[in-house]
Amino acid sequence: MSTITDPPQGAFRLSMLLNDTRYRSYTFQFIALILLIAAFAFLGSNLISNLTAAGLNISYQFLGTPAGYDINQTLIDYSSQSTNARAAFVGILNTLLVAFLACVTATIFGVIAGVLRLSNNWLVSKLMSFYVEIFRNIPVLIWIIIIFTIMIAVMPGPRAFRGDEPSASMILNAVAFTNRGVYIPAPIWGPGSMVVVATFILSIVGVIGYRRYATKLLYDTGKLLPMGWPSLAILIVPTLLMFLIMGRPIGLDVPELKGFNFAGGIKVGGPLIALWFALSIYTGAFIAENVRAGIQAISKGQTEAAGALGLRQGRIMNLVVLPQALRVIIPPLISQYLNITKNSSLAIAVGYADVTATLGGITLNQTGRAIECILLLMLFYLTISLSISAIMNVYNNSVKLKER
Amino acid sequence: MSDTSANSVAFVRTEQVPPSPPPFQTSGPVKWAKDNLFSTPFYSVLTIVAAYFIYLILAGILPWLANGVWGTTSLAECREVLDGVSGGCFSVLSERWNQLIFGFTYPSELYWRPALAFLIMFAAAAPVLFFKLPRKLLIITALFPFVAYYLIWGGTIFTPILALLGVVVGYFVYRRLVAGSFAAGFFGGVAAAFVVWIIGGMLIPENANETAMLQAVPSRDLGGFMLNMMLGVVCVSLSIPLGIALALGRQSNMPLIKWICVIFIEFIRGVPLITLLFVANVMLAYFFPPGTSTDLFLRVVIMITMFSAAYIAEVIRGGLAALPRGQYEAADSLGLDYPQAMRLIILPQALKISIPGIVNIAVGLFKDTTLVSVISMFDLLGMIRGPILASTEWNGVYWELLGFAALLFFVVCYGISQYSQWLERQLATDHR
Amino acid sequence: MNKSVFFGALTVAGMAAGVAAAGTLDDVKARGKLNCGVTTGLVGFAAPDANGEWNGFDVAVCRAVAAAVLGDATAVEFVPTTGKTRFTALASGEIDMLARNTTWTFSRDVDLKFTFVGVNYYDGQGFMAPKELGVSSAKDLDGATVCIQTGTTTELNLADFFRSNNISYEPVPIETNAEAQQQYLAGACDVFTTDASGLAATRATFENPGDHVVLPEIVSKEPLGPLVRHGDNEWGDVVRWTLNALISAEELGITSANIAEMAAGSNNPEINRILGTEGTLGEMLGLEADWAMKAIAAGGNYGEIFEGNIGESTPIGLARGLNAQWTDGGLLYSPPFR
Repeated sequence: MSTITDPPQGAFRLSMLLNDTRYRSYTFQFIALILLIAAFAFLGSNLISNLTAAGLNISYQFLGTPAGYDINQTLIDYSSQSTNARAAFVGILNTLLVAFLACVTATIFGVIAGVLRLSNNWLVSKLMSFYVEIFRNIPVLIWIIIIFTIMIAVMPGPRAFRGDEPSASMILNAVAFTNRGVYIPAPIWGPGSMVVVATFILSIVGVIGYRRYATKLLYDTGKLLPMGWPSLAILIVPTLLMFLIMGRPIGLDVPELKGFNFAGGIKVGGPLIALWFALSIYTGAFIAENVRAGIQAISKGQTEAAGALGLRQGRIMNLVVLPQALRVIIPPLISQYLNITKNSSLAIAVGYADVTATLGGITLNQTGRAIECILLLMLFYLTISLSISAIMNVYNNSVKLKER
Repeated sequence: MSDTSANSVAFVRTEQVPPSPPPFQTSGPVKWAKDNLFSTPFYSVLTIVAAYFIYLILAGILPWLANGVWGTTSLAECREVLDGVSGGCFSVLSERWNQLIFGFTYPSELYWRPALAFLIMFAAAAPVLFFKLPRKLLIITALFPFVAYYLIWGGTIFTPILALLGVVVGYFVYRRLVAGSFAAGFFGGVAAAFVVWIIGGMLIPENANETAMLQAVPSRDLGGFMLNMMLGVVCVSLSIPLGIALALGRQSNMPLIKWICVIFIEFIRGVPLITLLFVANVMLAYFFPPGTSTDLFLRVVIMITMFSAAYIAEVIRGGLAALPRGQYEAADSLGLDYPQAMRLIILPQALKISIPGIVNIAVGLFKDTTLVSVISMFDLLGMIRGPILASTEWNGVYWELLGFAALLFFVVCYGISQYSQWLERQLATDHR
Repeated sequence: MNKSVFFGALTVAGMAAGVAAAGTLDDVKARGKLNCGVTTGLVGFAAPDANGEWNGFDVAVCRAVAAAVLGDATAVEFVPTTGKTRFTALASGEIDMLARNTTWTFSRDVDLKFTFVGVNYYDGQGFMAPKELGVSSAKDLDGATVCIQTGTTTELNLADFFRSNNISYEPVPIETNAEAQQQYLAGACDVFTTDASGLAATRATFENPGDHVVLPEIVSKEPLGPLVRHGDNEWGDVVRWTLNALISAEELGITSANIAEMAAGSNNPEINRILGTEGTLGEMLGLEADWAMKAIAAGGNYGEIFEGNIGESTPIGLARGLNAQWTDGGLLYSPPFR
């Protein structure tokens, strides 16, 4: 029943598997599949025979047994009787904490340095170039160790605060910088404090509402309301009033020397500060370059056009250049955030209890379950990376230039 | 009326007045400073703050450098010499120089070998880095891996010769078969090389290492900055071809191959290098056949190569994506098959676009080689954190050692990035 | 070695078949070198000197085993291991034995499948504090910041000690000994804890060791000893009896000085059996008859090794204490050679 339009139906020959483009890709994929299976079989059988030879097995039961060690900085309740799984979770939270803090500060450093590097001030722009080059070209591990060493060697120990003529003193009698960390006052929530907090939250809502109103007014009528001072006033004044009306319900728990250490207040550990600062200043140099590239990618015509419309310097930056530059800046910025998260695993060099130090460090050492611990560790980082990538893809699609 | 005007003027200048110098305020350094340093009040404040900051740094560092002590044998001695004045104990650098550069176990009488390999590296890298040099020099580049291997590890000369022989045979088989199809040429070449290696491996006498001209050095004895250099150079060179293959695989329209590449790349990019090094250190040994042992250096090279290959693949993928669709279609319309189109049309252009990105990855990778100090390898940082700072003599010399390490890395990385910028300008053939 | 790199590459390509797994003893003999896992550097126990030569108490055990098996005390490849890598290195066969102040515990023996062949140092975890702190007992350490060198059982003992005494503390875990020293000396922690022997070794490297005191409390039992993989009993026997030979040699008065004289024959049959002039002990182990003689000649008997590396005449200055022979009130008690 063949018609003339049918292609010639030659008999299938074996050589067509290699020479006919219709079948060739199947051949290659088949070969790849065979190789893949062979590789996995080879590695798997090696693993199994090695493990049986050593009499070991893969088991995750250690996660449920008490960890037995203490961790100095925890965001959730933890004691040495908690399980290894909880220790790992403490580590995960610590990783996320330092990564979040470092992302925020790195962005601040990076934006400041990137903008200043483009400034007309010769000295400042040279200084910023120097900062960027010196931090980009020296390994982050060296920076972490250098900054940690500065922290240890330059800051005074708690002992220096003691005695009749202490060689170090607390700032405002409330904040102490020591080589073990920074001690800051902790708030004490007295009765009625919730009212103050609620007022504060309402104020924030008020500020947002005011700014919306001002913007709408600007677009509708062209009338420009002042933004800065009113916002600040709305934010602070009601809260302050309420604080006084309620009879100062929020007190401060000021750290003071007691025994070996400062007691009371909140302690931000030295390793956390060193890692945080090192990561943010190192990554800040990279972000500065991204910011600079983003601003330079905006053609000069845009700035000039905005200037011709009579906009002031600050408004040109805010309304014309930055919104466009952000499209260029954000994707590399997100991958810098990913780098921060991954580089935070170097916490191991300063003794900060992140997930690499708890699950991949002490737990691994104590239980000897190397394969299991490292697999879990990689799984965690992979999850973080993939979710950030996913968010980034969504963002990229939403800001994509819609043209043609 | 015309004459009156002529007569009423007492003096008519006959030549141009020489221009007077601009007022002091608007020329020379003052104007420059006004324009560049104090143009607005805000900038003036910034300038003063920056100047004070620079002063602080210089005031801290200059005396430390100027009063530096060289030639003592321990920190205590050095402090005696300094006698309370602030100054660096740079004697640790001169005293431990060999350890910092070569590690502490590389036989000291053999230092000339890695040093020589280091020098040859420049000759080998030159034709790759500078396209204007005669292409014949590429022969040095091709021979360099074998020579460097022989120099650094020593042992029997048969090993590098055999390796070279395998590559040469593989190349000739490839040339012979590539006319038929690229795949046949490529796989034929690889197979031929392996045949040569396996047959040759059986022919090397068992005791060749003991009777060798150059004393064999186990790779465990490598260390110091040499180890960073070796890891950087080896892993970058290995990962570029692997990265190209991964990038092409990710673009492939064969779903299986595409997904293998995607999973590999995303997995590697999703985890920190340090966990991969842990894998190399504590897990990989379980995946080798029972009874065989591969040394740590090789395991680390495998993991770092995989790591950088994934990143390089992404850079090259960007280059491939940046090429206009027309280039692919033009190659197809010329009747080129896939390997030909890639080799002749697509990759040369895509790689050119990707060069700055690849150099960035290479610099990053070189910096990341310091992470091996975390897994008990004694690279430059490992030497500093381990044996040197733990020794009785130099317990407490942080700044000199860390500063030295920072300086070494800075010189190398800054040099490479400057080269990359130069290359970018050289390759900029588009008209802007 | 370069060949092993080369064939290693082939292995990765899946082209080389695995070497048939022979006993470790045969492997070591075939290789002509003993791969011995040690710490990355702890003065007195195992540390490379300025020339890269490894020295120390644990190193001496490796050398003795190499001398017994290969007849050459220098035929040792020292593999520096961290707390994290040591067990994998041993389990995967990268090293033949581990002599890295490793505590003999139930789970390491049973769960991780290692055989501890004996104890070469009876240790216990202690605390070191600066004298000016005025602390005389570890029980005074309420609220103190404690530097711990990670990777041993230290963290667990510490947690147990403070928990059972119901006092609080702040742990600062640190990877390497050098960094722990740095933090301790800078006052970033009040006390430094690790095995008492390690404390002494660390203190010895300080500029003013006299400014620091080791507190009297020993909070744990830490029998440190060399270990090998489970399941290879021949090899385990070799390492075990080499260690015992060193201990017995001290008990019987065999020293590196008089060993040649004693090897000529003595009136004590046990000495003769150890030194191989009587009986066939060496043959039973699969070694030469004079294996123990070589092992003892390599670095001396246990007492000589102790005195030479960590004893009171060295900067580390450890007293024999528990590590004296049983005849002197210590715990060293070698089974008889018979």
